[in-house]
Amino acid sequence: MQDSDRLIRWLIVLGAVCLALFPLAGSTFYLQLLTKIMIMAIFAMSLDLIVGYTGLVSLGQSAYFGFAAYMLALASPKGAAASLWLTLPGALAATAALSLAIGLLVLRTAGIYFIMVTLAFAQMLYYLFHDTGLGGGSDGIYIHVRPSLALGDFNPVNLADHTHFYYLVFALMLGAYLLLRAVIASPFGRVLVAIRENPVRVRSLGFQVFNYKLGAFVLAGTLAGLAGYLSACQFGFVNPEILSWHYSGIVLMMLLLGGMGRLYGAVIGAFAFILVQELFSLEALFGDFARRWQLSMGVFIVLVVLLLPRGLSDLVERLGRGAAKRAAG
Amino acid sequence: MTEPVLVATGLTRQFGGLTAVAGVSLELAHGVVHAVIGPNGAGKSTLANMLAGELRPSAGSIRYAGREISQLSADRRSRMGIGRSYQTTNVVRDFSALENCRLAAQSREPHAFNWLRSARSYRGIVEAAERSLEAVGLAQRAAVPAGHLSHGEQRQLEIAMCLATRPRVLLLDEPLAGMGAEESVSMIELLRAIAAEHAVLLIEHDMDAVFALAGVLTVMASGAVLDSGEPARVRANPAVQEAYLGEYDA
Repeated sequence: MQDSDRLIRWLIVLGAVCLALFPLAGSTFYLQLLTKIMIMAIFAMSLDLIVGYTGLVSLGQSAYFGFAAYMLALASPKGAAASLWLTLPGALAATAALSLAIGLLVLRTAGIYFIMVTLAFAQMLYYLFHDTGLGGGSDGIYIHVRPSLALGDFNPVNLADHTHFYYLVFALMLGAYLLLRAVIASPFGRVLVAIRENPVRVRSLGFQVFNYKLGAFVLAGTLAGLAGYLSACQFGFVNPEILSWHYSGIVLMMLLLGGMGRLYGAVIGAFAFILVQELFSLEALFGDFARRWQLSMGVFIVLVVLLLPRGLSDLVERLGRGAAKRAAG
Repeated sequence: MTEPVLVATGLTRQFGGLTAVAGVSLELAHGVVHAVIGPNGAGKSTLANMLAGELRPSAGSIRYAGREISQLSADRRSRMGIGRSYQTTNVVRDFSALENCRLAAQSREPHAFNWLRSARSYRGIVEAAERSLEAVGLAQRAAVPAGHLSHGEQRQLEIAMCLATRPRVLLLDEPLAGMGAEESVSMIELLRAIAAEHAVLLIEHDMDAVFALAGVLTVMASGAVLDSGEPARVRANPAVQEAYLGEYDA
């Protein structure tokens, strides 16, 4: 293993430790902010599997995020807690089935057409929930009580508690990271990366490229569903906006910002995107201009993409290479 | 002579109004190099693409291992034992040489893989990959990213990847393209060793290689077979001389 890899590994461990200790010091506001960021990090990692590793640029990842969120909202009884043990697997299974059905159709296309059809399916779902009474129309649905992890009288984790919820999301983000890392190092994941690099060669080696892409697409959709479920838990309501292409665009921008094809880049991107957004909308710092934070955000993203074409995680890697050189010299 | 492994009959491919390959028939037998030569645009690569499954023939049949395969997909034919290399180097540049071969060897495993187990931990596959690198003389370069190998080494890696898929038939599209004189000599030795164990179709412009290796020679021009048979006889054919070899000498 190279020194720069080792440094990155230590930085990841350090980051995880900081996140694990944060609730001891942070206020409720920041606890909730970080929870939201970690949920978006799961979402961005799910997209990285297909965009960064398999080379399929999708503009419809919000479909799976939003669909799982709606599944929780529809399954939650009014005024009482749904069981997480039933609703989470149920929402994930439904989302996996949805991404399988959509994947079977969209994966027959490639390149710009793939971008357009993934977008089209997400928009279809958006209008389905927006224009019919299925999920409360454009007003959406409230989830008055967060799901419960209680098994009979035993209830170790109370999701209504901000700290408990924070740790659940933290554990799931870590789990998603480790899961994807293992998948990418497995024979299946190696084929995905090879498909990104050279699909013609992979087919002539005897691999059924379509099936591999479909596997990645369903896994990515399901993980996006996990993020959507957690997001619906956190905010206690769903509306069609979470299915819209804006949301797919935001998560793609997080990936661009953090750097594709490195997993931790997706996490860095989610943190950078939301923290910078918070920064630019601080009236204390930017006065009236704070209301136009989208403008500052746009400039920031353009600068990062121009200066660091491989995203913010490239800074970490350059740092690692520099340190390795100094150690060698 | 041994029973042919692969028999193509009347292969034809049209692109719109253009006929790239017109009624080509050929046989590949175990242990024999069947060389195909012809000027640029003669339809050699189109022929290879039809045999490998990347193009469907407009007409004609391909029989392999006792069945008609002309409508099967490229990946299916690869799994049945038809391996190919490309005219332009076609490796996964980010992967190390070993990892390229591991990918190739992995494609032969009939069972599904554990999605959570590292590809490095499958001993059998890693050993098969190492053997194929050894066979082409790249064992020392196993850890080098394919994109950092020299051009000649990348061509060797292509062959190693083919071998790692344990094919019966090898379709080699200009394996010597762009190689220096010294590299060419060792590549010819390598191909000779491989040919003893496989049925080989060799498309090549390098006449030294063709005459050093070929057991059967087919000359193509304008998509059709001009002559085919024992290399020395084909070489002496005046029509062949005029169409191709003469041009080559000049």
